[in-house]
Parts: sequence; C-alpha cells; structure tokens
Amino acid sequence: MTVISYRQALHDALREELLRDEDVLLMGEEIGRFEGSYKITAGLLAEFGAKRVRDTPIAEEGFTGAAVGAAMLGLRPVVEIMTINFSLLAIDQIVNHAAKIYGMFGGQAKVPLVIRTPGGGGQQLGATHSQNIELYYAFVPGLKVVAPATPADAKALMLAAIRDDDPVLVLENLALYNTSGEVPEDLEPAEIGRAAVTRTGRDVTVVAYSRMAVVALDVAERLAAEGIDVEVVDLRSLRPLDRDTIVASVQKTNCAVVLEDDWLTYGIGAEIAATISDGAFDWLDAPVRRVAMAEVPMPYAKSLELAALPSAEDAAAAIRETVDAVARRR
Amino acid sequence: MIDILMPRLSDTMTEGAIAAWHKQPGDAVSPGELLVEIETDKALMEQEAYEAGTLAEILVQVGENVPIGTPIARLDDGREPADPAPQPDAARRAASPLVRRIARERGLDLAAVRGSGPGGRIVRADLDPAGSPSPTGPLSPSKGTPGPLSPPGSLSPSKGTPGSPSPTGSLSPSKGTPGSPSPTGSLSPSKGTAGPPRTPGPLSPSKGTPPPQPPSPATVPFDAIRRTIAARLTESATTVPSFTATASADVEDLLGLRARLNEAADEEEPRISVNDLLVRAVALALRTHPGVNASYSAEGGGATVRHDAIHLGIAVASPAGLVVPVVRDADRLAVRSIAASTRELGRRAAARTLAPDELADGTFTISNLGMYGVEHFTAIINPPQGAILAVGAARPELALVEGRPVERRRLRYTLTSDHRIIDGALAAEFLATLTRLLEHPLRIIA
Repeated sequence: MTVISYRQALHDALREELLRDEDVLLMGEEIGRFEGSYKITAGLLAEFGAKRVRDTPIAEEGFTGAAVGAAMLGLRPVVEIMTINFSLLAIDQIVNHAAKIYGMFGGQAKVPLVIRTPGGGGQQLGATHSQNIELYYAFVPGLKVVAPATPADAKALMLAAIRDDDPVLVLENLALYNTSGEVPEDLEPAEIGRAAVTRTGRDVTVVAYSRMAVVALDVAERLAAEGIDVEVVDLRSLRPLDRDTIVASVQKTNCAVVLEDDWLTYGIGAEIAATISDGAFDWLDAPVRRVAMAEVPMPYAKSLELAALPSAEDAAAAIRETVDAVARRR
Repeated sequence: MIDILMPRLSDTMTEGAIAAWHKQPGDAVSPGELLVEIETDKALMEQEAYEAGTLAEILVQVGENVPIGTPIARLDDGREPADPAPQPDAARRAASPLVRRIARERGLDLAAVRGSGPGGRIVRADLDPAGSPSPTGPLSPSKGTPGPLSPPGSLSPSKGTPGSPSPTGSLSPSKGTPGSPSPTGSLSPSKGTAGPPRTPGPLSPSKGTPPPQPPSPATVPFDAIRRTIAARLTESATTVPSFTATASADVEDLLGLRARLNEAADEEEPRISVNDLLVRAVALALRTHPGVNASYSAEGGGATVRHDAIHLGIAVASPAGLVVPVVRDADRLAVRSIAASTRELGRRAAARTLAPDELADGTFTISNLGMYGVEHFTAIINPPQGAILAVGAARPELALVEGRPVERRRLRYTLTSDHRIIDGALAAEFLATLTRLLEHPLRIIA
C-alpha cells in the first residue's frame, strides 16, 4: 500500500494498461510532448512512442470521432478532453455516435472508448471553463459515466473503463488532482455501477460523488463532534447508478442530503432524490435535501466563485437541519 | 380579533346556555365588566370580560346551548387576526412517510400524536418518545426493497422504470417532479440549496438538553398504539352504560361439521376454525337482529344508528398490542372465504402490515380467548360499536341426552351491550338466535 496522488493514480492506470494491452492508445491535445495540461500523461510519449500516445489538433469533434472509429475497429482509445467544458465541441460524437452505434447497428460493432476529462470549478477559470456538466452524459443511455473521488478509485475505475467494451466517460476533477490517498499496488479494476459506503452512520445519509464525496467525509467528521452520525454514500458511477446502495442506506437512516457540484435544477441530486422517493418513500422521516451550486454561470472573481460553489458549511447546515427535523441529534 | 369561548364553569359542565348578553355588538368592553350570563347544569353564572376591545359579533344567541370551548362571541381588540399557525388540520396531519407507514402497520391514530418536526410534522421520534434506540431499518426485507443489481450494461434491453429502483445502465424514461417546487429563474444568484423554507419551526425536544433519564426498570412507557387502546377503552368503560349477558351452546355438531369440512377440503384451501364458523353465525344473527348491529349517536337528543353492512371486527393479539382487523360484509361471505380472510388478516396483524381500511368501519366485534382455554369472560365495547361478543373455549361437560349422562362440548359466550341502544330482551334474543345457529350448524353454511 502506497500513498500517491489522484494525478499519479490516473497516470499509473494509463501506463499499466498501455503495457498490458497493445490495443490501448492515448489521444488528446498536448498529451504527448507537453505531457498533458494536468500532467496525467507525463513520460508516456517517451516510453510508448507517438503511435500509442498521439497529440491531436485542437479539434475535439475530429479527434473524438476518430477515436470512435478506432474503437469500432478494435482499438481501445483513451481520449483526453482537456476539461469537460470542451467536450461540448465533441458532444455529437459522444452522444450520437459513441453511445448509439452498438445499439443502432444491432451489436455489429462495440465502441470500447474511454473519454477522460476533468470537471470542477474553483480555479478562477471563468464561466465557460468551470462547469460540472457530467449530467449531460449521465443522461444518455449507451454511455457509462464514472466519477472517482479518491486516488484508489481513480485508478480502479480507470482500469475498469479501459477494459470495458462500452464507451465510458471518466470524470476527473481539477480540485482532486493533488489530493492523495492509499492505493494498493495490485489494485484490481473496480466494478462499474457500484457505489461505496465510505462512512457508516446512523443518523443521516449523505449522497455525493467526485469532489463533493470528499467534502462529505470532511463534514461527517466535523458533525460527529456535534453528535451527528453521518453515513456517506460515494456514488462512484453516475450511469449505471447504484440505486440499491442509496435506497438501503436511506432505509437505515430515514433521511438524506445530496451534495452536488453542479446546478440544482434538473441536476444529479434530483435523480438521487427521485431514487430515494421511489425506493425508500415509506422509510423517509424528512424531505430529501439537496446542496448544489448557485444557479449562475460561474463568476470569475474569487470571492464570488467561492460564494457560488457549494461549501462544506452549506453541506453541514443542510445536514444539521435535516437531523434536527427528525429530532435525531443525540 | 379574539374569540370568546363558552367557559367551563364547573367540573361537570360540558355545555352551557346563554341566559343574557350584557353587551351588544359595537359596545366597548373593558376587563372585569359583566359580559354574559351563562346557565349551566348547576347554576346561572355571570361571566366577565378578560380583554379590552369592542364586542364585534355575538355568535350564540340567548337561549342557545353549546358545548364548552365553542366560540360564543368575537371581541375586536384592534389587532388583525393572526396567520393561522402551520398546525396541520385534523383531516391531514403532516407526518413523514415513515411515520405513516408505522401508523398503518400498528393501527395508530396520528390525531393523538403531537408533531415536533418543522411545521408540526410528526416524525419517528414522536412515536417512540422514550428516546430508546428503536429499529428504523427495513421492517420486512421483502417489502419495497430494491431488487438485485442487474449487470450494469450500458445498453440493457429492459426499460428501467423509476418505480423499481434498480440501477439503470440504459433506458429510464422517468417523469420526475421536483420535491421542492421553488421556481428557479434562469439566473438566481442565491446558492442552490433546496429544502424547506427556513421557518423557525419547533426545535427538536432533545436539542441542547441533556438526554432524558432512562425510565425505571418496571416502567414501560406507552407507545402510541397503547395510548390509543387506553384512551378508547377508558372512554368506553366510563361513558357507555353497558351490561352483559351470557349464553352457551352445545357445539358437538358444530365441531363435527368443522372436521368434515376440513376433511373434504383440498390441500390448498384454508382450514376452517371454530372461530370462522362463529364469525359467520354471528353475522347471520346480526342480520336477524339489526338492532345489535348498531351504534349510539349523540346527534340531536340521541339516536340509534343501524348499520346496513355487517363488518365484523376480530380482536387479534399482535406484537404491537390489541388490533381489530375487520372482515367486511361477513354475512355475505362463505365460511371458506371467512377462513381465508381471517387467516390473511391475522398474518398481516402479526407482520404489522394491516392497512387503515382493514381496521376501519367495524360494526360489531368478536373477541375469542378460547384458544387459551378461557371458560368465559366479558369484553369492553369498542366504540362507537354497540356490542361485543366475548367467546370462551369449547369444553367437555356432562349433559343429559335422553336421560343418560353423556360427554358433550359446550361453548360459552358473553355479549356486552350498550344499554342506551340495546335492551336486555334484544341482547337475549340475539344470543338465542346465535345459540340456535351454533347448535344447528348446517344453518350456518346453508
């Protein structure tokens, strides 16, 4: 067991898969000679050569489409889209081609494509470069979307994504790249579609993913000192969504708060709340609360950016109110 | 605006009549001034004003009789009527889905429970006020729990419906409605936390206070179902003038018939119990004597309400205490159907999954302690019903048949009746009809 960064965990997963399977190749802007905007692919061009680690033009639709074609013909391309914001330029390739070809053509061609891309705000990158729009992809049948919160999950889910025969979008997060955690040397690929209960508790279920799953654990530790025993469910996968784990947890705690970095209206939290209503209605002792970003394009000013993003304080307040509403605080 | 209520002027006073108004609408009223004279069951009493203002309206005129607590006049104190507090009305108490489920399963009446959640919502903690760590997990593992995970294929051919919470790798055409319908403009700079409006609702009783002392070992605080039982039976025992009448029947033929019915039954058919035959016999006897299938009503000067339908409550000991599921239209059901129905109701009572409508609308109750070997006993009427039958065990006794002593089994049963609507003769006639049916059991199944 070694402690490495989320960035390093992603790097290690890519390198191991490049070594393991000759059909794996990496594509993206500045991933080769520049070693990636966030240095995930550092050293890989030198080790595996330009045939396996390909710098592309600044043309997301073009190189994503090329990767879809390569995947249909048997390669296993891993495309880096510099941030999820730029995936909008490739959304037709992702939504209309990668997601649909297998079903539309009767299973004649699989699309074992991976799209790696970070989301997240908080870096003062402005409204167009600070979005959390994984929902656009989690919405689409035919795609899988995973969202690791820890270095171990980053590696295990990346391994699983590359070995999966369906197109998988791996949502990374700018704020998580420098976080670190224990990663076993012989880590196996994760099972895509499984959430994890990362902290067990009796009083309230907090559902989150990616950065907010880390925030959830921090808040849970803080609230433990106030006598609130929080259970944290880290979704890890947005599609497929592990409804069973969410429902089972809420059946135990009888109330839930959902944390999300995206906007509230029509967001992932709405889907979680609906899942709880469907599966645990008769176990609910309080309405499901959602904590999300302000409904504005991300402001540039640091103070406004911080105010717009959901904070640990926002999460703690919603959790306290929920626990007080069911008179559960000890 | 202040409502002036009919005061309680003596311990026994339940209603009062207006003898005279000393102020008229438009008159100024100051505290201590004589306002109204009220005639009670004991005396004529003068009532002073407690607040200053102008008498706005007289609601109860001289000579009219109203229960205590009824508004009799309105006093304008210059203040706007306060917004009605978000106290839930009697028709629809705010209660969490968890509370509603527990109430359904235990047969609780939520009207008797004080809600401590936001806006007076009844939450789980209000049902178990002892503060004991109570099981809040799934009560029955099969109910409402999501199915096993299907393999998370990105294109699974099945149509995922949101009603069944299985992970949806693919198609999930859900029609969603937001839980908290706050319209969000295209740009609303407030942070996107969704939840109830921050009303300063009542705080949790435990917040900031030391945990309650554990009850002494011999004290088991009532839960809500026990409170309901206690309140209703106290009301019955203290307000209903009741009397009891006991009869017995030779049930040798009845037991023989039951044995034959069960021998002739298919494997999958429910076995018929003595109680099932008894339920049918009681239903038929009630049809013959509709005056027993009746309730007392205080409307007007009092009335007997005869029920068209015969819905028999069957007292059942459940883990939560006494519950009385109801066999509806018992007089129209065959014994085999009654057997199936009582078995299912008993199973659901044990599992605490009875629905409210399975506990409602009973017109007569049967309480049978025969399975415990009880010879006979008396029961307390389950209001607003008019009578209840307490049934003992069929016990072997010596009887004279054609002058010779033989062993026969007899069953004793005691009818407790509300004397306001059922006289002794009617109770006796009902019991005689029932005895004839039990002693000629083919008439029960005919």
